[in-house]
Amino acid sequence: MRELELLIIGSGPAGLCAAISAAASGARVLILERSFAPGGQLIKQTHMFFGSERQYASHRGVDIAGILLKKLEEYGDRVELMCNATAVGFYEDNVVTVLKDEKEYFKIKAKSVICATGAYEKSLAFPNNDLPGIYGAGAVQTLMNVYGVKPGDRVLMVGAGNIGVIVSYQLLQAGVEVAAVLDAAPKIGAYLVHASKLARMGAPILCSHTVKEAIGTDCLEAAVVCRVDERFQPVPGTEQRFDVDVMCISVGLSPLNELLAMRGVEMKYVPQLSGSVPLRTENCETCIPGIYVAGDASGIEEASSAMAEGYLAGLCAAAALGHVPEDYEARRQEYLRQLEGLRSGPVGERIRAGMKLSAL
Amino acid sequence: MRITQHPILSFDRGKELHFTFNGQPMTGYEGETIAAALHAAGVKVLAKSLNLHRPRGFYCAIGNCASCQMVVDGEPNVRTCITLLREGMRVETQEGKGRIQ
Ligand SMILES: Cc1cc2nc3c(=O)[nH]c(=O)nc-3n(C[C@H](O)[C@H](O)[C@H](O)COP(=O)(O)OP(=O)(O)OC[C@H]3O[C@@H](n4cnc5c(N)ncnc54)[C@H](O)[C@@H]3O)c2cc1C
Ligand code: FES
Repeated sequence: MRELELLIIGSGPAGLCAAISAAASGARVLILERSFAPGGQLIKQTHMFFGSERQYASHRGVDIAGILLKKLEEYGDRVELMCNATAVGFYEDNVVTVLKDEKEYFKIKAKSVICATGAYEKSLAFPNNDLPGIYGAGAVQTLMNVYGVKPGDRVLMVGAGNIGVIVSYQLLQAGVEVAAVLDAAPKIGAYLVHASKLARMGAPILCSHTVKEAIGTDCLEAAVVCRVDERFQPVPGTEQRFDVDVMCISVGLSPLNELLAMRGVEMKYVPQLSGSVPLRTENCETCIPGIYVAGDASGIEEASSAMAEGYLAGLCAAAALGHVPEDYEARRQEYLRQLEGLRSGPVGERIRAGMKLSAL
Repeated sequence: MRITQHPILSFDRGKELHFTFNGQPMTGYEGETIAAALHAAGVKVLAKSLNLHRPRGFYCAIGNCASCQMVVDGEPNVRTCITLLREGMRVETQEGKGRIQ
């Protein structure tokens, strides 16, 4: 069994920044990534990022992944990135089991582990919601922006948060018709810049609407939509049919962190962070010393905060392993300040409440 | 359906690859996943569900949900959304759990 210092699970912005930070302090790092390429959600994000300068706002997500990977190269053989490698189990003695290339199965034992596994897209319950043609909005974004394949001819987008609105815009860019964007809430959740871009391109946004059912035999052929009242109950007689071959579900993400629960880390359901999350210290350490969490796996936020958390977790995990840089405390304070900045103001209110509930 | 014109992206497609889907010859490109190549060729049904045999397509496209599992070169339960296409691959619709051959 291979033994190592620091194992990072996931190579999205959180995992990459954790690796950069830990390797900069002198730790030896292995990163596991289940996909065949690193970068997590960044590689499909072709829009300019919102956020602050330090987290590369106004860069495209896909370019940020490139910048981070380049930085990682500076640390040479101190960092190993293993793609096509899924962490499938996490046991009491810090053994992680790995499935590589869907064939090889082996164990790794690490002194310290940072879980940066990201999130999964929620689904929505309605009749026939399992028909092919009904996809997560992020999945459609991957298909279009990474592979250059159109999901279909005409799309119904369910959810008008940032992701729903950005993906709708990208669908239009790819030459796909957007029949409508629905949201059950009475007003759209997305930032106004994105929503107004969409409105200018003529895609109708229907608030207080939801999907009643999907229609199709082998694949999606149409969707029936209806209005909902203040209590989110369908209003009879308001049904409308849209002939669409694709429906994108964009009703939010939930943290993906079952590995931590399996390891015995104390978890708590925190609605403000969109699901069950590990309790952690301000240094991103869970209740089990040496086990850290960073990014969407610790609560749904943004790439900017995932990066800051990654840097912080990498710094602290390396320090606990004995790699304490001279400017340790200054850097730690700097990352904490960045996070505080990102979570400030009315937009960050939910996250701040969530952080309080999940603090150790 | 492949995107040929895009205002901000260009797609460098790799070498053309040949594979089969349920015995039918198909083409795709190096660097794309099995699920992406199939979708581009108009194939959306990748599997049949365990109990009710309902059609299944991909859902997450990042290896999370298992909705895209197919039989590839005789091996069942391959997540085709994160598995790259290779020359000569035999890809088949998976019925239920699949069987190890
Ligand atoms: C459409 C869209 C638009 C967005 N726009 C913005 C924006 O403008 N600005 C912004 O700041 N944020 C934005 N975000 C949010 C941002 O992308 C995420 O918050 C960020 O990617 C989270 O980073 P992460 O590293 O925690 O997770 P991810 O990027 O999801 O990375 C997790 C990685 O872990 C891997 N993994 C998971 N489980 C395992 C396992 N068991 N074994 C091995 N590997 C595993 C995954 O394959 C993945 O590569 C957007 C998101 C979307 C979907
Ligand atoms: S579509 Fe979800 S695992 Fe492939």
